[in-house]
Amino acid sequence: MPKLENITQLDAWRADLTAVADASKAQVIVCGGPCCLARGSEAVKAALEDALKAKNAAQRVSVSLSGCQGLCGPGPLVTINPQGVLYQGVRPEHAAAVVDRTVTGGELIDELLPVDPATGAKIRRKTELPFFQQQNLILLRSLHSGDSRNLPSYVAQGGYRGLARALGDMIPEAVVEAVVDSGLRGRGGAAFPTGVKWRACRSAAGEVKYLIANADEGDPGSFVDRALMEGNPFALLEGMAIAAYAIGARQGYIYVRQEYPRAYSSLQEALAQAREAGLLGDKILGTKLSFDIKVVRGAGSYVCGEETALISSVEGRIGEPRVRPPFPVHKGLWDRPTVVNNVETLANVAEIIAQGADWYKGLGTKESTGTKVFSLSGAIRHPGLVEVPFGVTLRQLIFDLGGGLANGRPLKAVVTGGPMGSFVPAQFLDLAAAYETFQEEGFVLGHGSLIVLDDSSCVVDAARHLTAFLHAESCGKCTPCREGTRHLVKMFDDIVAGHGQPDYLPLMEELCQTMAAASFCGLGQGVPNPVLSSLTHFRDEYEAHINDKICPAGVCKALA
Amino acid sequence: MVELIIDGQTVAASPEQTLLVAASAAGFDIPTLCFHEELKPSGHCRLCVVEIGSGPQTRLVSSCTYPVEAGLVVQTASEKVLAARRMVLELLLARCPSAKPLQKLAAAAGIEVPRFGTQNPEELCILCGQCVRACHEVVGVDAISMAGRSPEKHVSTPFEEASAACIGCGSCAFVCPTGAIPLEDKDGVRRIWHREFKLQACTSCGNYIAPIYQLQYFSEKWGIPYEFLATCKDCR
Repeated sequence: MPKLENITQLDAWRADLTAVADASKAQVIVCGGPCCLARGSEAVKAALEDALKAKNAAQRVSVSLSGCQGLCGPGPLVTINPQGVLYQGVRPEHAAAVVDRTVTGGELIDELLPVDPATGAKIRRKTELPFFQQQNLILLRSLHSGDSRNLPSYVAQGGYRGLARALGDMIPEAVVEAVVDSGLRGRGGAAFPTGVKWRACRSAAGEVKYLIANADEGDPGSFVDRALMEGNPFALLEGMAIAAYAIGARQGYIYVRQEYPRAYSSLQEALAQAREAGLLGDKILGTKLSFDIKVVRGAGSYVCGEETALISSVEGRIGEPRVRPPFPVHKGLWDRPTVVNNVETLANVAEIIAQGADWYKGLGTKESTGTKVFSLSGAIRHPGLVEVPFGVTLRQLIFDLGGGLANGRPLKAVVTGGPMGSFVPAQFLDLAAAYETFQEEGFVLGHGSLIVLDDSSCVVDAARHLTAFLHAESCGKCTPCREGTRHLVKMFDDIVAGHGQPDYLPLMEELCQTMAAASFCGLGQGVPNPVLSSLTHFRDEYEAHINDKICPAGVCKALA
Repeated sequence: MVELIIDGQTVAASPEQTLLVAASAAGFDIPTLCFHEELKPSGHCRLCVVEIGSGPQTRLVSSCTYPVEAGLVVQTASEKVLAARRMVLELLLARCPSAKPLQKLAAAAGIEVPRFGTQNPEELCILCGQCVRACHEVVGVDAISMAGRSPEKHVSTPFEEASAACIGCGSCAFVCPTGAIPLEDKDGVRRIWHREFKLQACTSCGNYIAPIYQLQYFSEKWGIPYEFLATCKDCR
């Protein structure tokens, strides 16, 4: 790895790397995303390596582990290049056939090919898969390659053009304004305009400023930040360097939740490579920007995804949110001006600077620009990650990309935005997925998780589950959230056990009003979202549980 | 000076004041529970909330923490404020039905019987955190802190064990609005937070002043001879 002393050397290195890159080289890429790993893709990789050795083909065919490719149902996935074939459900015992027939033999193994859900026909090329054709892969593109965790590969594919442009052609204020102009909004859930946050920190008084990447990703059902950190860590590192330049920070932190050990080690490796190449540390690319990053691990607390609780945690204090004002951009980490940005937000920055705000604004909607990676799970045929421009409808996400309901059962609700999100019923399927369109209907998009429920799910039980989660994770500082969630859970428990009282529903609504209006932080303010949205759109289910002692979905065991 | 509008009345305030201090000085009555003049405001009981802003963009903030702003429109007793306060009191009364300050505040708000269940009818701790803040800010030893999350939030010493940092000063028990912290002085010994502290008797009159350990701690910290502290204020 060369130590790059300036931008010219970076460009020259990239040119060298692209010159030797050989698109015709034989590659076998095994998916290393969490679901494929859980299904044994590492054993598949080992078996493929053995099979290649047995054929004396190991020298000319590379085998590697990619990042998460987003098609998380039918793993382990294996891609064979240059043919561009995608196999699914590959097991170690298939390895010999894959090598003999496809890698060296040029034939296809029918039983391992994906099937087009519309026609029933086998799909012979990965690029013909509707699942990938319908996406706009910007953040997720590099996760498909086998060496996305290597800096040379990231650079060869265009990485660090953004940082070079920022450092070489723009003053920090211009970088801030480019991000403002791009319309980039915080992806963690609050959707606050990122550039506006940076601008406030840039102009805040003080020499010492901090940048923190929020990698806590606590929402059950959300796994995009994880995929980015595990599979494309340099996008985050480059985005952070650009952000640091823009706001005037010399030290950055990535706060990774304890439950993501692979992301933690992936980041540490990436940081080491970036430092070696002079893309992190003192005088980056020979410029005045000196910036380095430390990775801090969380300790199992959902509320530490809230930016002021996160800051407390980094300081080694109890993970409770802090009084605002003052806001972190004025007084944050150790009382210094601090920007806290979500991982996905920062991962968008490099391309915005490299390709320009106008390019970014051309994607998505007027108020929600760019692409969003949605995490699909639940009763859906294609669970996983999909990247699309804002404005794609829920119907397109769930039925076109997601392949529809897994068991062919009718859709009952989509839980959007995680535990502080919304129960969205089927009649809203044509709603465009964007911050403003959701807000108009009183729904929350959040961090982009979409959990599909079919008619075998009980909405009351699901709402109870989310509320119980939030009660367990609530820090306990403020009265409305601590006591409010306690009593909501008690009432839910009564309802699913057949002891619900009719006056519970108006009481739950009243509690929700207080929590939304008077809680100390976003967690308490968000608790009402699933409760109120399910009460609004599925009140009949609640009433059946309370008045008739019936669970229409047949889930609540104490009821008929 | 900063001018803001509280309940339609123009009020002049110093720029470093909070809404609570400015409003109280101007004669507005805002109830509080976790607020203490000598401690940094914490803003978490949510009883002191007021409604700020105008038109459709109003919101509730804790007046004890929110700084005054020129031109800020504040309502101390709007419908939204009163509804929130009532619910906060009802929730706390459900938690601590025996806590006298709560009973008074709740009665004044017209709340008699909470609609929520009570886990422990003898519970006195309203989790106002004044004890923790006193120990941290005034005494400076951090012997106690909040522990746990919502399901079991409580004030505790580290690992529920006797804390080596505790000096037995009893500031926590003194500041507690509901008397929730057991402190017993008996036969020359103080018992508090799983520890026993021998008390220093005044070298002059013999009345007990404070734990020996506490006086030693401050003697060292402030550089004052121990003998001076071992004489009570009345006898000096």
